[in-house]
Amino acid sequence: MRDTLLLGILLLSPLVTASLIFLISLFFKNTKQTIYTLLALAGSGISAAIALYISYHSYFEKQIFSSHLFTWLNIGDFTIEVALKADALSSFMILFVAPVSFLIHIYATGYMSRDKSYGRFFAYFNLFIFFMFLLVLADNPIIMFIGWEGVGLTSYALIGFYFGDIQNTYAGNKAFIVNRVGDFGFLSALMLLFLSIPSGGFGFSNIFLSLAHIEPFTLSLIAFLLFVGAMGKSAQIPLFVWLPDAMAGPTPVSALIHAATMVTAGVYMVARFAPLYNMTPEVSLFIAYIGALSALFAALIATKQYDIKKILAYSTMSQLGFMFMALGVGAYSTALFHMFTHAFFKGLLFMAAGAIIVAFHHKQDIRDLRGIKFPKIFIMMAVASLTITAIPPFSAFFSKDAIMGALYASGHLELFAMAFVSSILTAFYMSRLMVVLFFNKGEQVAKESPKSMFYPMMLLTLLSVFAGLLNVPELFGGDLNFSHWLNLADKIYTIPHAKEWALMAVNTLFIALVIYNTYKKYAYTNAIIVEKNYGWVTNKFYIDEFYNKTVVAAIDKLSHFFEKTVSSFLIDEKINLTALAYLKLGKIVSMTENGNVRFYALYMLLGVVSGFVYLYWMLRSAV
Amino acid sequence: MLKAYMILSILLFSIGVVGLISRRNIIVIYMSIELLLNAVNLSLIAISADMADSSAQVMSLIIIAIAASEAALFMSLFVVLFRNRASLDANLFDILGNKHA
Repeated sequence: MRDTLLLGILLLSPLVTASLIFLISLFFKNTKQTIYTLLALAGSGISAAIALYISYHSYFEKQIFSSHLFTWLNIGDFTIEVALKADALSSFMILFVAPVSFLIHIYATGYMSRDKSYGRFFAYFNLFIFFMFLLVLADNPIIMFIGWEGVGLTSYALIGFYFGDIQNTYAGNKAFIVNRVGDFGFLSALMLLFLSIPSGGFGFSNIFLSLAHIEPFTLSLIAFLLFVGAMGKSAQIPLFVWLPDAMAGPTPVSALIHAATMVTAGVYMVARFAPLYNMTPEVSLFIAYIGALSALFAALIATKQYDIKKILAYSTMSQLGFMFMALGVGAYSTALFHMFTHAFFKGLLFMAAGAIIVAFHHKQDIRDLRGIKFPKIFIMMAVASLTITAIPPFSAFFSKDAIMGALYASGHLELFAMAFVSSILTAFYMSRLMVVLFFNKGEQVAKESPKSMFYPMMLLTLLSVFAGLLNVPELFGGDLNFSHWLNLADKIYTIPHAKEWALMAVNTLFIALVIYNTYKKYAYTNAIIVEKNYGWVTNKFYIDEFYNKTVVAAIDKLSHFFEKTVSSFLIDEKINLTALAYLKLGKIVSMTENGNVRFYALYMLLGVVSGFVYLYWMLRSAV
Repeated sequence: MLKAYMILSILLFSIGVVGLISRRNIIVIYMSIELLLNAVNLSLIAISADMADSSAQVMSLIIIAIAASEAALFMSLFVVLFRNRASLDANLFDILGNKHA
């Protein structure tokens, strides 16, 4: 009962507030922003409080919260339940999703304060949290899929939030359509699972029990198709093209949806299906390679981007690649821990970018923003940048280093090398961004950010710095609290401490060198202006153009073919012909109805005569 | 003997039908309708006499009575129609047809 109440309120408070905001903004045009603010903050605040309560009890008392709401489908002995369950993994997810959502909500009240669609924004935003909770709290993949689609939908709505510019709408469409490809994979995997599982419920625990009965090929196919879903949601090669364009949305959206929470849903999903992936090592390895390629590729593109949000978008994709590498070698809790720290520092980076964008009149090009003076934001952004480049002792140092260690220990040195290069590139593009923004001669001085934007960022700064302490490896005297809590089917890698120290030292040394050299190159020079901004890297390896030429053009051709031949020739024309025939026939028949009484008499006569002929013929044949 | 009556009846009926269809004057059309009625009356009475059953004669008396009242109705119709079009040409009265639609 207590579980149902807690989970129910956690789930429903964002949904109810979203509906309320939506209704109010629909019927009362002149509502004060305060009302929307109160509703939005109440919705996310209540759920954040409950989420903290749940994860507290999960962490310290190993409690599992579960709530069975109702039975959705009952086919023979197969049932699909609408059930929520907060086990360690789900509690871990809501532990960062809910508070980060709440903080970004507060930030958004400042960021969006002069927007005329304030109400609509928070209606979508709260709806998004509802779907995100549904996604992470679902006890079976069907409910998870509902949340999965829901976050996609709200993401689409928020990317195209400024629909006055058609380009933003196109970006929303692109995100939605590319995600459809991934969802197709997810859905096919679910259908295969549904067919392969003999009987009983479709809950996660039951699925994992029945995995052993599925033949290996089907199992691999399911694992692969599930990962296709993750590719779409988490922007991995080849389905990543939507994420950079998704930056068309308001910056709080980029911070919450396209950095901290929604894009990590793919990582969560793979971790959730950890027992499945442990049984399919070849698919796991494939995931690791895709992750490594994505990390490297995105980091490479980010080094030549000029839009502050695009840099961060590619950086998100790159960090997600790191997480998938860790998932692929079976270090699930390591990947999740990086996701945890990533939510804080990447959310913070986007919020800082948003603060800069607001303060400097919606300029986003770092070449226009050279040498800005914005001390408070600078400190926070510097902390976040040092965190993402994995400088000790910031949080991502622990999480990223754990990933590197796992990659090295897994024996896949090519993966380790790619991760190492990506990490170096990360250091380069982040310090390039920071140096160009803050270490240049410039006259632009910003006015202070509003308090509602400043304080959430400060909290996130603290979290970015200290979140790493929650999962300190034993090397530093910690005992990997998080990994023990999550208790996933991790593969345990152990490497000698000396090697671990060496890896860490080399990594940090290289990163420090890169930061120093970047500073020397870009600080107080016009290097950013004169560097060549053409070629393969600047144009993102022409991937968008390639997709447009192949996939989009092919579908376009096919649609035209169907439109011309099938639709208009085979269907429309034939239907029109039938209609035309009836029209002509009707014209002919209606000529008999000429209103002249003598013709009617004639028809009567004809009728009588034919009646008599028939009668005569009947009598003749009767005799 | 019956056969002759029936042939006469058929002849009368045919003349009535041809008149009904081919003539344009409404009064002549009315007269043709009366011919049709009377042809039927004639056949009824002839068959009745032949079968020595008088019930058909009663029926024909009723038909004559109805035809008489019908005549009164027709007369008033003629007046109304003539007032409308100043003519009794049946071809003029075709507004129920589709060419005016």
